[in-house]
Amino acid sequence: MEARDVLSSSRLAAALPRRLEAPSPRYGEKVIKGLLLTCAVISIATTIAIVVSLLIPSISFFQEVGVFEFLFGTEWSPIIQPASFGVLPIVVGTLSVTFWGLLFAVPVGLAAAIWLSEYASPRWRRTIKPTLEVLAGIPTVALGFFAFTFITPLLQDVWPGFLGDEPNIFNALAAGLAIGLLIVPIIASISEDAMSAVPGGLREGAYALGASRMRVATRVVFPAALSGIVASIVLGVSRAVGETMVVLMAAGSTPNFSFNPVESIQAMTAFIGVVATGDIPSGTIKYDTIFAVGLLLFFMTLMMNLISIRLVRKYREVYE
Amino acid sequence: MSYEAPRTRLATAGARSTTSAVLTDQPRGDVVRGRIFYALLLFGLSLALVGLALLLIDVFVDGSERFGVDLFTKLGSGFPENAGFQNAIFGTLWIIGGVILFCVPIGVGAAIYLEEYADGTRWWNRLIEVNIQNLAAVPSIVYGILGLAFIVRGPLNLGFIVLAGSLTLALLVLPTVIIAAREAIRAIPPSIREGSLALGATQWQTIRRQVLPASIPGIVTGVILAISRALGETAPLLLVGAATFVTFNPTSPFTDGYTALPVQIFNYFSRAQDEYLTLAAAGIIVMLVVLIAMNSFAIWLRNRYEQKW
Repeated sequence: MEARDVLSSSRLAAALPRRLEAPSPRYGEKVIKGLLLTCAVISIATTIAIVVSLLIPSISFFQEVGVFEFLFGTEWSPIIQPASFGVLPIVVGTLSVTFWGLLFAVPVGLAAAIWLSEYASPRWRRTIKPTLEVLAGIPTVALGFFAFTFITPLLQDVWPGFLGDEPNIFNALAAGLAIGLLIVPIIASISEDAMSAVPGGLREGAYALGASRMRVATRVVFPAALSGIVASIVLGVSRAVGETMVVLMAAGSTPNFSFNPVESIQAMTAFIGVVATGDIPSGTIKYDTIFAVGLLLFFMTLMMNLISIRLVRKYREVYE
Repeated sequence: MSYEAPRTRLATAGARSTTSAVLTDQPRGDVVRGRIFYALLLFGLSLALVGLALLLIDVFVDGSERFGVDLFTKLGSGFPENAGFQNAIFGTLWIIGGVILFCVPIGVGAAIYLEEYADGTRWWNRLIEVNIQNLAAVPSIVYGILGLAFIVRGPLNLGFIVLAGSLTLALLVLPTVIIAAREAIRAIPPSIREGSLALGATQWQTIRRQVLPASIPGIVTGVILAISRALGETAPLLLVGAATFVTFNPTSPFTDGYTALPVQIFNYFSRAQDEYLTLAAAGIIVMLVVLIAMNSFAIWLRNRYEQKW
């Protein structure tokens, strides 16, 4: 019985054409597909090129300077003699600026996101969202200018005495606040996206149980959108760590192993910018230093980007 | 409005009034807390908007004195009263021209491949996808390092010329173009493709005649936003040659040294004289006007052509 069935079905299959194939081989289609694939592969090639161009000079750098000495040294003066290559002061500079930026951007960005997603009428949304997008499009050189010519003088004017010394003309706080302004739109738009993806049924369920609007926003929508919110903050941190012009223009270039917001510091990106604009001959250890710092910067942001990409995918999988 | 029978309307009104009576009878503390929370939200949002407004006012007040035609007619100079931005504006135009030539075909091509051909479950296609998302968030100065090591020196060895700046910025904005083009292509419903394929069109004919024309507004929006990002980008150009002080207009992308508008602004900013600071502010006004116009056009385009299928 079974054998006969198999037999008849295979005879049937032989009678029909195997697949609905095109009458001609269509080589043109295959060539086009190949060309388009090449375009997509260029992005992989870019990543490989970045890693290679950072690694090769870094290897020659680490032949002269120990990895441990580089990562945990607390004295950074690669240009001035006696040279010292402890990267911690400029890492601390970057982290300090990032911290002050987040202190501003996280509450402001989340407030904007909650308001846009839970409170705003469609008409307000249509005006406020594009305005935040304009903020995202402000060039960083303008933000650096703003930090130097406006935020720093303002801080110096209103600085209360009990906080200690007035801010220096270059200081971590002003640069941090300007960077905060830069990452507000990132945090606001990704968080708002995550909150809007929370299904309406969850909100309506909470309202039906008598919850107030604030409770729905803070106890229902916020936890449900948490992975997206965390992703937006991580991406904001990555952006703040990699920002160059603002720290170059407003935070100064004095490597300073301290979290003091009123002092001049040097961030990792600012170091690369300063050295690259000067005349440093290639092949020297000073020249290789920018690649070693760049490599560290690349890995710091890579980790954060991967975490954020994974978190965004998570909330998309849950609700979409 | 649809027609409602009188009895239905009565029932709806009754239900609404009962519900609102229940709702207004919230605990007093909840009402107050809700209001404070709402005020805090508005305060946070207004901080961002006030920051934006202050930035615009600050730049306009500082730069209005020097804002005028001679910004466009004068070249870079060692004397602030003779200095302008003409060579930097030409440099920026050359760079942006190159960026468009490189990144529009490659970006749209990659987006078509990923949306129309790639099998999303295969590991290499997922790798390309994660890779593009990561590239979009790599710090811009790292692209500068790439440009310095790979394009200016190294394998391509072009030297500090306009083309090097173009290539570096093209790589920088390529992920933005790809992501935007993919969004636009994904918004085209499958039924359009199926209809075309069912009529006997090949896959490329379907893409060429149906999918691409329908997604053009979205793609153009993404390209404009990417170009405006490239226009304002300063840090990577510092590393690939724009930081040198030049006082002539570039005439060829293959041989000439160059500078760009944002880099020239930074250059003037770094000289510790007030006249130069004013000049830098005037340059920022030029850049902000162009960028805000471009971004508004892109946003308008997106809203205008936002299509519900």
